[in-house]
Amino acid sequence: MVLLEARGLEAQYGWTKVLHGIDFAVEEGGITTILGANGAGKTTTLRAVCGMVRTAGEIRFAGQRINGRATEDLVRLGIGHAPEGRGTFVNLTVEENLRLGAYARGGGRSVAQDLERVYGYFPMLAQRKKQPGGTLSGGEQQMLAVARALMLRPRLLLLDEPSLGLAPLVVREIFRIVRTINRDERVSVLLVEQNASVALGLAQHAYLMETGRVVMSGPAAELRQNDAIRRAYLGY
Amino acid sequence: MEIFFQQVVSGLATGGIYGSVALALVMIYQATDVVNYAQGEMAMFSTYLAWTLLNAGVPYWWAFFGTLVISFVGGVLIERVVIRPVENKPILTIVIVCIGLLVILNSVAGWIYSYIQKPFPSPFPPRPIMLGTVVFGAHDLGAIGVTLVVLAFLYAFFRFTTLGLAMRAAAQNPVSSRLCGIRVGWMLAIGWGLAAMVGAVAGMMVAPIVFLDPNMMAGILIYAFASATLGGFTSPGGAVVGGLIVGVIENLVGTYVHFIGTELKLTVALAMILIVLVFKPSGLFGRAAVHRV
Amino acid sequence: MTARAGALGLAAALAVALALPFVVSNFRLFQFTQVGVYAIALLGLNVLTGYNGQISLGHGAFYALGAYTTAILIDHWNVPYPLTIIAAGVLCLVAGFLFGIPALRLEGLYLALATFALALAIPQILKYFEHWTGGSQGIVLSKPAPPWGMKASPDQWLYYFTLAVLVILFVLARNLLAGRTGRAIVAIRDNPIAAQAMGVNTALYKSLTFGVSAAYTGVAGALSAIVIAFVAPDAFNVFLSITFLTGVVIGGLASISGAIFGALFIQFVPNWAQDISKAAPWAIYGVFLIGFMYVMPFGIAGALRRVAARAARRGTAARA
Repeated sequence: MVLLEARGLEAQYGWTKVLHGIDFAVEEGGITTILGANGAGKTTTLRAVCGMVRTAGEIRFAGQRINGRATEDLVRLGIGHAPEGRGTFVNLTVEENLRLGAYARGGGRSVAQDLERVYGYFPMLAQRKKQPGGTLSGGEQQMLAVARALMLRPRLLLLDEPSLGLAPLVVREIFRIVRTINRDERVSVLLVEQNASVALGLAQHAYLMETGRVVMSGPAAELRQNDAIRRAYLGY
Repeated sequence: MEIFFQQVVSGLATGGIYGSVALALVMIYQATDVVNYAQGEMAMFSTYLAWTLLNAGVPYWWAFFGTLVISFVGGVLIERVVIRPVENKPILTIVIVCIGLLVILNSVAGWIYSYIQKPFPSPFPPRPIMLGTVVFGAHDLGAIGVTLVVLAFLYAFFRFTTLGLAMRAAAQNPVSSRLCGIRVGWMLAIGWGLAAMVGAVAGMMVAPIVFLDPNMMAGILIYAFASATLGGFTSPGGAVVGGLIVGVIENLVGTYVHFIGTELKLTVALAMILIVLVFKPSGLFGRAAVHRV
Repeated sequence: MTARAGALGLAAALAVALALPFVVSNFRLFQFTQVGVYAIALLGLNVLTGYNGQISLGHGAFYALGAYTTAILIDHWNVPYPLTIIAAGVLCLVAGFLFGIPALRLEGLYLALATFALALAIPQILKYFEHWTGGSQGIVLSKPAPPWGMKASPDQWLYYFTLAVLVILFVLARNLLAGRTGRAIVAIRDNPIAAQAMGVNTALYKSLTFGVSAAYTGVAGALSAIVIAFVAPDAFNVFLSITFLTGVVIGGLASISGAIFGALFIQFVPNWAQDISKAAPWAIYGVFLIGFMYVMPFGIAGALRRVAARAARRGTAARA
């Protein structure tokens, strides 16, 4: 079953059109990735899904049309977003950051359970829970962003370049956790990445974007074999 | 020496009031980058509402809490209706809108209640209280107590409730807050509501001392500015401490520096503001201002 | 097209202004003299706030300083009144420049705050120096008679005198703002960092602008003391400063002609509103302040410019 589907999706900032009618879909329970270079429109795609830019065309989530809805309402449908730049609340503690992730859900005692669950995935956050978010390293803040999105108990997790600026070891760790979450909690994932090799290793389905258009799509395994992709994005 | 202690305590009492108004200013400033020039007039208006309730025969503490509720709603409405349309406009625009609000509240109060001073009751006994050999006004001590309760309440609210957490989040990172499902606009409005409430408490505590009239908060507001500047516009706790310091300085200077007396009260506040701005613009507890480019 | 319309409008306005004493009563004329005085003050504030982007909520203080300079010089030393106006202007220039120095280091927010505090404190300061200022009683002057045996009433003479000062100061301001200096002043408002990078001495320009602005407002204050023949501290409260701000906003931020529209507004609208209630003028000020920010952020002058530009466009479109 398709959880998220975009058809002819366009998006613009002011007068500048950034997405020129793209189509993509995320299978329920699957991991889908959108690859592309800087400025291809990947982040904008995620922002369009979250109602953070003006869009045209159609986006459907779990069967309902969600264009034009406020970000705050989309969060309540179960769309968790670990945004570009990680979106850390730098002056709030790690635990407060995580509590905010569960804000849209309300729910008193279940928050405590979710904290435990999330600390299970990211033990290092548990050690730092009283520390201000701004004191964490880049990799730790990335984990915090994913963890905060998980606190929502999302149906769909949007990840915006989680590998950006991180050491390969940290990247591998984060992707391992994302895979675990996807498998154990049946959370569907839409992953936007420049780092094609890790993303294609994780995802079942992949799209390639260039300057606001989808130029190629297919099963991840197939794209990995594609010569053009290999040369341009995988470097072998 | 006894005079000194009395002056310090009554300085703390007025300082608590300055601190409350300063806190209200800082709360709004932190959430929205707006210095609310109408804060004093909002407090004045709330105090008139309390006066109306009291005049209608409502018992003091019922009127007190009734006023807080009305002020909260009023503050929320002001943010939603008046401030929201200019939220992202340049500072000048926002300053002008706040000044407009100040003028409207002032004149509407004058229109409804006239500019004649009215006495306003204190909930505390008129009898002074002796501690050792020193005599304290009961209202002074009561006002300090009320201020402390308000501060404790606010601290607990921001520190321990989910709503308080969401408000702090909205103030420092609106984009991330929306991704957490926080309705940022409403958080700002609630902030204005709370600030209006805090101002209302300050108004009701100061009115028995200065009498009720539409211009009663002008002097308080300038001292609140001095307090917030001294404590730092980015630090809520600093604003309160700043208020207490400013209140005590004001009283001591008035008592011991004869050429100043009470006649140059406002000038003292002006001087304090200028001195802090020249020598320590971020205040005692504030973070250095980040320039928006 | 619009430039020619502007020049025509200017000539017409000047003609009306010159003819006014022959058609209106002395009292009305006195009111128009006030308009002239306010226009100078508003122009001063507009140079600072509209063009340079520094917010002053305390220009009433410089108006007061100018008024008291004139009143004291005349009252204590019998100085001829035209000289007192120059003295007031110079003193305010220096005072404004000095106040501008600490203000430099402050962001718009804190400058607004410091000037607001200044506006609140000024009546107290005036009362305090009773020996010079006459305390709460103020100082009473007498209206000067027309010179050179002119056959005119004092009100008519003061009207023309004010008009002359107004024209001189407006021409000076226009020349200042149209040149290099003006571009620097506006550049500092729009992009202080870029202005600095292009070699504009931001600090000096900002203090100087503050000084010039204060000087204009001080000259206006001096004129007002002569025209009203009376100064008293409570006339210079914080609401005077707010009145000026209102005038600038309604006339039009960053517009020279806006000062005239603003002055007409703050002179006549409160008078009409007074009939409703003593508090009504201020309520109206408040509503106008907020309303203009929502719908006409560049005031009357800005709206006129837009209308003229649209008419010009339509004209060219019709011809094409």
